[in-house]
Amino acid sequence: MYQFNYLRPKSLDEAKKLYENNGDAKFLAGGQTLIPTLKQRLAQPTALIDIGGIAGLAGIKVAGGAIVIGAGTRHNDVAISADVKKSIPALAHLASHIGDPAVRHMGTLGGSIANNDPAADYPSAVLALGADIKTTSRTIKADDFFTGMFETALDEGEIVTEVSFPIPEKAAYMKFPNPASRYAMVGVFVAKTKGGVRVAVTGAASCVYRESAMEAALAKAFTPDAVANIKVSPGNLNSDLHGSAEYRAHLVTVMAKRAVAAAT
Amino acid sequence: MPGVSMTVNGKAVSGEVEARTLLVHFLRENLRLTGTHVGCDTSQCGACVVHVNGKAVKSCTMLALQADGAQVTTIEGLAKNGELHPVQAAFKEHHGLQCGFCTPGMIMTAVDMIRRLPDLDETTIRQQLEGNLCRCTGYQNIVKAIHAASLEMKGARA
Ligand SMILES: Cc1cc2nc3c(=O)[nH]c(=O)nc-3n(C[C@H](O)[C@H](O)[C@H](O)COP(=O)(O)OP(=O)(O)OC[C@H]3O[C@@H](n4cnc5c(N)ncnc54)[C@H](O)[C@@H]3O)c2cc1C
Ligand code: FES
Ligand code: FES
Repeated sequence: MYQFNYLRPKSLDEAKKLYENNGDAKFLAGGQTLIPTLKQRLAQPTALIDIGGIAGLAGIKVAGGAIVIGAGTRHNDVAISADVKKSIPALAHLASHIGDPAVRHMGTLGGSIANNDPAADYPSAVLALGADIKTTSRTIKADDFFTGMFETALDEGEIVTEVSFPIPEKAAYMKFPNPASRYAMVGVFVAKTKGGVRVAVTGAASCVYRESAMEAALAKAFTPDAVANIKVSPGNLNSDLHGSAEYRAHLVTVMAKRAVAAAT
Repeated sequence: MPGVSMTVNGKAVSGEVEARTLLVHFLRENLRLTGTHVGCDTSQCGACVVHVNGKAVKSCTMLALQADGAQVTTIEGLAKNGELHPVQAAFKEHHGLQCGFCTPGMIMTAVDMIRRLPDLDETTIRQQLEGNLCRCTGYQNIVKAIHAASLEMKGARA
């Protein structure tokens, strides 16, 4: 790792000020992506601003038909939350399958979506459930948040503070994990919401996206058969040593079918 | 250099570290607690697992400064009065190790999973070991040892 300064603000205001006064600073949450990146010397920030000490950034509450999860909430706390398990079991299931127990004890929701790894799990839930992402300066709609590979709508120095997940009628997440890393080779989050059916796919392309043909078919009939014969085009999908684009395209349909069958 | 203080295996410790010093290096190099191992560069192998405030974490993926003020338990902190912890005893009994390199991390992960999930079955144990790699045993006896320890510890609590 290169040298950096370590700063631990007590409030969001202080964190923003430190960011402005510290050149090429980066926020540190659970560190489960950032620290491995620094260890490989793939980034060289001048300062790490640890937002883990800011009171109120972690926590789960039910409010106005939604589950509101603080950005600093660890994956494991989402996985075991009675409120999440009751209202959006698919989200608890997703959180319980991120990486491994030690990663889940440290990694946070805010860090995962701010990082927007193309194979990360949470972005699919945020997009399929049509969540609102609250930051230090505004509220961003899920459909506007994930803008590309490792890219989001967040501005420099903007901190995600919480994510509000509307409680769906039914939802499920099915992931085909990469056998080595447990990141998604393909993960499909299906949600039947008041506003219609939403299907978000992670792992397959350079960024999480919605599969509109499946959404239209499921709006007519929310059954596994409705998606079973939908062929996904491999055109824009990832091809790498783990699997070809054609393989991933096939997996999208299989995972979608299983997710619809499992939706509760 | 910034100062750092924490409680390690029940003892208050402090030291000076660089901001970039990882918790595992503070434990191994400053405190000479070399039971905690480093097996990879990529946060994947789990040889470095310790407990921070009662939860299993990878000490190679945490800065020492992030653990300032925390309660840390390492493999050296498990045995009490010269007696092995039930999980350590079960690894010995069931031949849960060969070279022993992964063992400290395996045991710290096992103690954590038994605390969180008192009713462990084989499938759950294997899932919970996702973040711990062993290049020797083929896992079979590790799983057996954890299962036996979980039953024994449940018996002891009842
Ligand atoms: C072995 C291993 C396996 C993993 N497996 C999976 C997996 O299967 N699925 C999966 O989805 N993920 C996986 N991960 C990644 C893990 O979920 C990370 O915890 C997560 O991606 C990042 O969260 P963090 O809190 O650790 O963020 P950090 O690593 O601290 O930060 C990541 C980035 O987000 C920024 N950031 C953090 N918080 C905020 C915020 N509130 N507002 C704005 N920016 C912020 C940071 O500046 C940084 O750029 C794995 C990680 C490891 C080490
Ligand atoms: S040394 Fe920490 S995970 Fe390998
Ligand atoms: S016993 Fe050798 S790595 Fe596990």
